[in-house]
Amino acid sequence: MSQTEPEAPQSLYAAREPIFPRRVKGKFRNLKWLIMIVTLGIYYLTPWIRWDRGPALPDQAVLVDLGNRRFFFFMIEIWPHEFYFVAGLLVMAGLGLFLFTSALGRVWCGYACPQTVWTDLFILVERWIEGDRNARLRLHRQKKMDFRKARLRLEKWSAWLLISVATGGAWVFYFTDAPTLLVDLFTLNAHPIAYSTIVVMTLTTFIFGGFAREQICIYACPWPRIQAAMLDEDSLVVGYRSWRGEPRGKARKQEENAEQGDCIDCMACVNVCPVGIDIRNGQQLECITCALCIDACDEIMDKIGKPRGLIDYMALTDEAAERAGNPPKSIWKHIFRPRTILYTSLWTLVGVGLVVALFMRTEIDLTVAPVRNPVFVTLSDGSIRNTYDVRLRNKHGEDRPFRISVKGDPALRVQLEGTPYATTDVPADTMKLQRVYVIAPKGSNPATHERTDIRIWVEDNSTGDRAYKDTVFHGKENN
Amino acid sequence: MAKKPNQTKDVGTTGHEWDGIEELNTPLPRWWLWTFYACIVWGVIYTIAYPAWPLVNGATAGFLGWSTRGDVAAEISANEAKLGPINAKLAAAELTEISADAELQGYAVSAGAAVFKTWCAQCHGSGAAGAAGYPNLLDDDWLWGGDIETIHTTITHGIRSADDEDTRISDMPAFGKDELLEKEQIEQVVNYVMSLSGTAQDAALVEEGAVVFADNCASCHGDDATGGRDLGAPNLSDAIWLFGGSYDAIKETVVNSRKGVMPNWNTRLSEAQIRAVSAYVHQLGGGE
Repeated sequence: MSQTEPEAPQSLYAAREPIFPRRVKGKFRNLKWLIMIVTLGIYYLTPWIRWDRGPALPDQAVLVDLGNRRFFFFMIEIWPHEFYFVAGLLVMAGLGLFLFTSALGRVWCGYACPQTVWTDLFILVERWIEGDRNARLRLHRQKKMDFRKARLRLEKWSAWLLISVATGGAWVFYFTDAPTLLVDLFTLNAHPIAYSTIVVMTLTTFIFGGFAREQICIYACPWPRIQAAMLDEDSLVVGYRSWRGEPRGKARKQEENAEQGDCIDCMACVNVCPVGIDIRNGQQLECITCALCIDACDEIMDKIGKPRGLIDYMALTDEAAERAGNPPKSIWKHIFRPRTILYTSLWTLVGVGLVVALFMRTEIDLTVAPVRNPVFVTLSDGSIRNTYDVRLRNKHGEDRPFRISVKGDPALRVQLEGTPYATTDVPADTMKLQRVYVIAPKGSNPATHERTDIRIWVEDNSTGDRAYKDTVFHGKENN
Repeated sequence: MAKKPNQTKDVGTTGHEWDGIEELNTPLPRWWLWTFYACIVWGVIYTIAYPAWPLVNGATAGFLGWSTRGDVAAEISANEAKLGPINAKLAAAELTEISADAELQGYAVSAGAAVFKTWCAQCHGSGAAGAAGYPNLLDDDWLWGGDIETIHTTITHGIRSADDEDTRISDMPAFGKDELLEKEQIEQVVNYVMSLSGTAQDAALVEEGAVVFADNCASCHGDDATGGRDLGAPNLSDAIWLFGGSYDAIKETVVNSRKGVMPNWNTRLSEAQIRAVSAYVHQLGGGE
């Protein structure tokens, strides 16, 4: 190791350099507008979709009912004991991110991440109010806070705040009946948690979208770091064809100089960049692959009569081929390779498993917990009694009678705590804890053997639905 | 300084170099620094507001006066305030009608389970299965009766409790120790008692034992030995034995007499607690 003195001592901390992205038109910008409309539409409108589930259940299509521990998603209703569905969805989300990152790089960051979508929306509002890049730059450099600057700032912040309140407000509608809550919010009858959630979400949206912007991606988000492990040479990233563009130079000099590359150093790609980098310097941590520089450069290339694609989606492996004068591999060859096919297979496997599990669910369900303290009780007539805590789940929208029976030995009989009948009513959409006694007469097989395998059946006589759980009956060996 | 191909910003290096690889000195954002300072200030304020600095005896109390003990006390009183109405309802309800009210029964059983595990489990076991000398509360055999009102009376006043005048009292004579019966008679009556549940050891003694039983035991345990709840006399004809059903165990009981003691709980538990634990015991499987 050798040490050389740095040329000039520099500060360890630097203020953020503000970024004023210029407006851009093109196919990727259009795609981003479309994705913004769709994602924001889903976010704001979903809680208002109604779905009829009968009188006992909420009619909101998507509802996370934390109070009653239920999750509703259209025709699907998830109970807490079915949390593996959520775990499965998280596994699918993880595999999906692996797949998209290895195939398309930071496509999530560039198009779908809420931070990107809301920042995009905030920049749009900023442009409507304060004007495009140059106007905003002038306003920024104007030191004096005159009436015009104050008015523009105030208008911009008010618009941002309005979006933020709507964003925070929409969030709480997912957790309770939306129309009721909307009325409650305005009549000041809503729960304090609803208001505090809105305040927190409003502030984070306002600060993250309005001021923090790309700093969230650069300093706060772990995803750019994880990404480095998932990208490979075949992943599509936004890149600059330096072998075509360099040496760069002003357009008018081009005719005089045959050495000149296609890049005319117009800074269009830099001016539109929402994270403030120069893509011509190569792959950078800050780049979220939003592809706006591609649109900006293509526009310029069209104007100066050069082929598009000086800045383009490409894979690192293309560079070597193109430098050697060969055509790049087709996009599909980059996307379909063993790694992405493996991710797709795993993703599909989990997905199919979840769907199968979803359709195999019964509408009645039970769990059986044998009481082990004590394992059996001797009754006065010498018979042996085992006790089971049975949890009965009725996932119907109406009350159902559940009939409980036991199979395993003809001598066994069943008794329910608190009722002389073998049937118990379970209210709509609830779980009921029912103590079940199984009794073996004195001297019978189960009473005199240490363990007998039994099966507890639950039947809904009105629909024919049934379910069972296997458990064990403990006898007294020396009875 | 010349810009390296991969150096995208005009920042210097730390001056460190390993095998030609230099370490960039990218500055942190300024707001990050201010956040760091704000955290330090916050931390100092926090240690003044809350108990923190160790002193010779204890620690600083903090000007907010917060303590974990105070938290628990507040939680307990909040819980008591919350349960006040249902406890009052439970204390006022007709005992036999508790089970008909699903909400009240649910509360009574849960609260009763907590009371049971705190005060009763020491003798009766955490699962209420009892032990030798301590009745099993899960079965259908009761010394003093198994309907909820009787259970409630037993818990309230206790059994042979010295501190309560209304306690349940009965006393079996020590037939051997006090020489009320001859040795042979004791052997005979033990065999007779065992024969009632089909486990007699010596069939020849049973017939004579029946006579001894009728003369000495039937007054409390009944002519048919099914016991008597007025006196808490156990049923001797069933499969359940309080002190054990072996020859030696029964003989021990006849010779020396055995009896259990249970405290009266009316001085330690509230009426609502006694009712809750009564409801809990009543629904354990043997309630009548």
